[in-house]
Amino acid sequence: MKLEGQVRIPSGCAISAVISKEGRRMTGEKIIESMIPMHDRSNGLGGGFAAYGIYPEYRDYYAFHIFYDDSAAKSECENFLKESFEIVNAEIIPIRKIPEITDVPLIWRYFLDPLKSVLSRRQLDEKEYVARAVTAVNTKINGAYVFSSGKNMGVFKAVGFPEDVGRFYRLEEYEAYSWTAHGRYPTNTPGWWGGAHPFALLDYSIVHNGEISSYDANRRCIEMYGYKCTLQTDTEVITYIADYLLRRQGLTLEETASVIAAPFWSTINGKDETERKTLSYLRTVYPSLLITGPFSIILGFEGGLMALNDRLKLRSMVCAEKDDKVFIGSEEAAIRVMEPNAENIYAPAGGEPVIVKVKEGAF
Amino acid sequence: MSLNYITPEFEIKRNYDRCISCRVCERQCANEAHIYDEDSKIMLADESKCVDCQRCVSLCPTHALKIVKNECAFRENANWQSDTIKEIYKQASSGGVLLSSMGNPKPLPVYWDKMLVNASQVTNPPIDPLREPMETKVFLGKKPSRPERNADGSLKTDLPPQLELSMPVMFSAMSYGSISYNAHESLARAAAELGIYYNTGEGGLHEDFYAYGPNTIVQVASGRFGVHEGYLSAGAAIEIKMGQGAKPGIGGHLPGTKIVGDVSRTRMIPEGSDAISPAPHHDIYSIEDLRQLVYSLKEATQYKKPVIVKVAAVHNIAAIASGIARSGADIIAIDGFRGGTGAAPTRIRDNVGIPIELALAAVDQRLRDEGIRNDVSLVVGGSIRCASDVVKAIALGADACYVATAALLALGCHLCRTCQTGKCNWGIATQRPELVKRLNPNIGRERLVNLMTAWKHEIKELMGGMGINSIETLRGNRLMLRGINMTEKELEILGISHAGE
Repeated sequence: MKLEGQVRIPSGCAISAVISKEGRRMTGEKIIESMIPMHDRSNGLGGGFAAYGIYPEYRDYYAFHIFYDDSAAKSECENFLKESFEIVNAEIIPIRKIPEITDVPLIWRYFLDPLKSVLSRRQLDEKEYVARAVTAVNTKINGAYVFSSGKNMGVFKAVGFPEDVGRFYRLEEYEAYSWTAHGRYPTNTPGWWGGAHPFALLDYSIVHNGEISSYDANRRCIEMYGYKCTLQTDTEVITYIADYLLRRQGLTLEETASVIAAPFWSTINGKDETERKTLSYLRTVYPSLLITGPFSIILGFEGGLMALNDRLKLRSMVCAEKDDKVFIGSEEAAIRVMEPNAENIYAPAGGEPVIVKVKEGAF
Repeated sequence: MSLNYITPEFEIKRNYDRCISCRVCERQCANEAHIYDEDSKIMLADESKCVDCQRCVSLCPTHALKIVKNECAFRENANWQSDTIKEIYKQASSGGVLLSSMGNPKPLPVYWDKMLVNASQVTNPPIDPLREPMETKVFLGKKPSRPERNADGSLKTDLPPQLELSMPVMFSAMSYGSISYNAHESLARAAAELGIYYNTGEGGLHEDFYAYGPNTIVQVASGRFGVHEGYLSAGAAIEIKMGQGAKPGIGGHLPGTKIVGDVSRTRMIPEGSDAISPAPHHDIYSIEDLRQLVYSLKEATQYKKPVIVKVAAVHNIAAIASGIARSGADIIAIDGFRGGTGAAPTRIRDNVGIPIELALAAVDQRLRDEGIRNDVSLVVGGSIRCASDVVKAIALGADACYVATAALLALGCHLCRTCQTGKCNWGIATQRPELVKRLNPNIGRERLVNLMTAWKHEIKELMGGMGINSIETLRGNRLMLRGINMTEKELEILGISHAGE
């Protein structure tokens, strides 16, 4: 049977998220609970979480979470990392051994500082330098896989049901101002941990429910810019698109949403002149980064998140608020578990981005 | 019976129980295959003149006529087939180059027919184009590599010149001269109504058709016939024709007999003189020369028109296309070896060039490998026969398709492949006024609009089945294709998997 990445595996999913606009940090308990009522949206072949604000003591360093197949891959990868980074700290990510999660790889965490001398020699922007290192490990070092690489954030994922994955990683011990969660329903997979979601690059993480029909158009376009879609999953390509548009092209979140879930031309033609010109420009310049087919995604980033549905709204997604918190879920039930008294529950329209930002200075 | 005698290719079967000797067939046949015998008062035929254009069959009021393949045959021989033998007789008699028309008819592989399209089942939904919006609009032209912003942070929305197409199909180049005034009028008006473009070919633009300029691509070819500043400015885009799929590596020859009246004026050459387009552009002997012509044309039109460079699909097409992409062109048009034409030397038509499917796949991938795919748009032709060919071409990586033969068929062409004689009974590939008037441009326009509208519906159906609601996300989406009956190498070049994989 082919491994994930050698073959494209469609999957259905459950997603949820919670964020505090005040930057108040929450433990992982609630987000784990939110996945329980959506148990049947996953099939035990992948679950995961992204948490923002969890490493304040290492906030200036890139936190790499890496799966290793064996210690040989680990030493090869560490040798590679030492050429580009100072390893400020290296540790095993603490886990709780539970019967539901098996075939556990070596799971390590590194806090890395780019070597200034190498950085200046390669004439790269620091984030680009880090992104290229991630791509290099994932494509060149057999048995090593970087699944999280942002600052002051981390992804935790495994093969299993999401609520079990949460307990496995002891997420109740972490405190984050923003959490996203994912449960996966792949149609077939040999169960590789790297294939679970969220998928992340730098501080961007994506949880996604859907199967996009634009995949190969998107992949072949984004691979022109140095990304390598090694997993062949929608989530991976969507993450790269977000990174490309936001970080490398300098688009705003709203503009990015107008590229990947572009309004129909008939809608654009009804807008006032300024908006019409902007939207036409984005569709004309980035036609191959439009995403079609069903999706609901939550893009996590430092200081906020953005939820977005495909333009036809072919996947369910609801939002709600309570005090300083905003909740998002594939189902309202997920939100009700986190906050029984949630208010302003609504389903965003297709292509309508829901952008939540934490108060400046609070993260 | 002389040594040169070749049995007629077709047999005209006339049902005398039905024939009323109305002589319609005689009047309709410019080849003079039908003869009325005054003495016996019956219709006779000289089958050696028949080209099987089906004009008489279509117009016979009593359905008395049938044109069938002549069963009289040489002794069977797999190596020396009858076409080969007849060609030898012709050349032994004339000493000349064999001429033919309308694209390569040989049984070489048609890769479109070896590719199958995907559809959504269970894991994602198909989309019904009758219920949901389904977009086929395409912009052709160079895309900026990075957006710029105004001082207030808003996006600068200026773009290099773009062609906007309501659907990813255009009518490709056919010159006024090679085809008739009425055929051009039909194409121009249909393009305007459809929101697409037609192409003047190398014959200049008739003054009556300047009105359709916003939907016209004006061509500059090696003969430079009819090229002047007003012509360049009249069109929406300028196409430099370097080569053509039906006859890569050679020029063109419109005989003096077709250079009459308006054709002569539009081409800006004297009446009765042969219009000979040289094989190369004599100012382009290399890629750096092409760049100069591209920029000369841009200078002449104030950088307001996209420039298309059209080349035939030949062996090294990926590298050639990459060179063109770096020489200022906004759009590259590639013409496959099955492309049609008014007249081409038979040997060239049947043996030179490569299939468009392979050329397209190779070029699209090469431009991506070099990171310059967004610097140009890709248009492919030669031959695109139907909506599913369009869908497969887009999925392989084309931005749009050029069609010509299909458009001529819509106008009444029956693919008799004798355009070079100038005696087109359907009023298309002729300049004889009594034949030209047989093509009514009102009906011609309507039939072209019908054809493209039908294709558009079919494209939307196919897209909807794949769960795609915008043509942009079909472009280059090779995962939507699977090959059947192909070798590993063919699949590798096309960049697709085999069915079942």
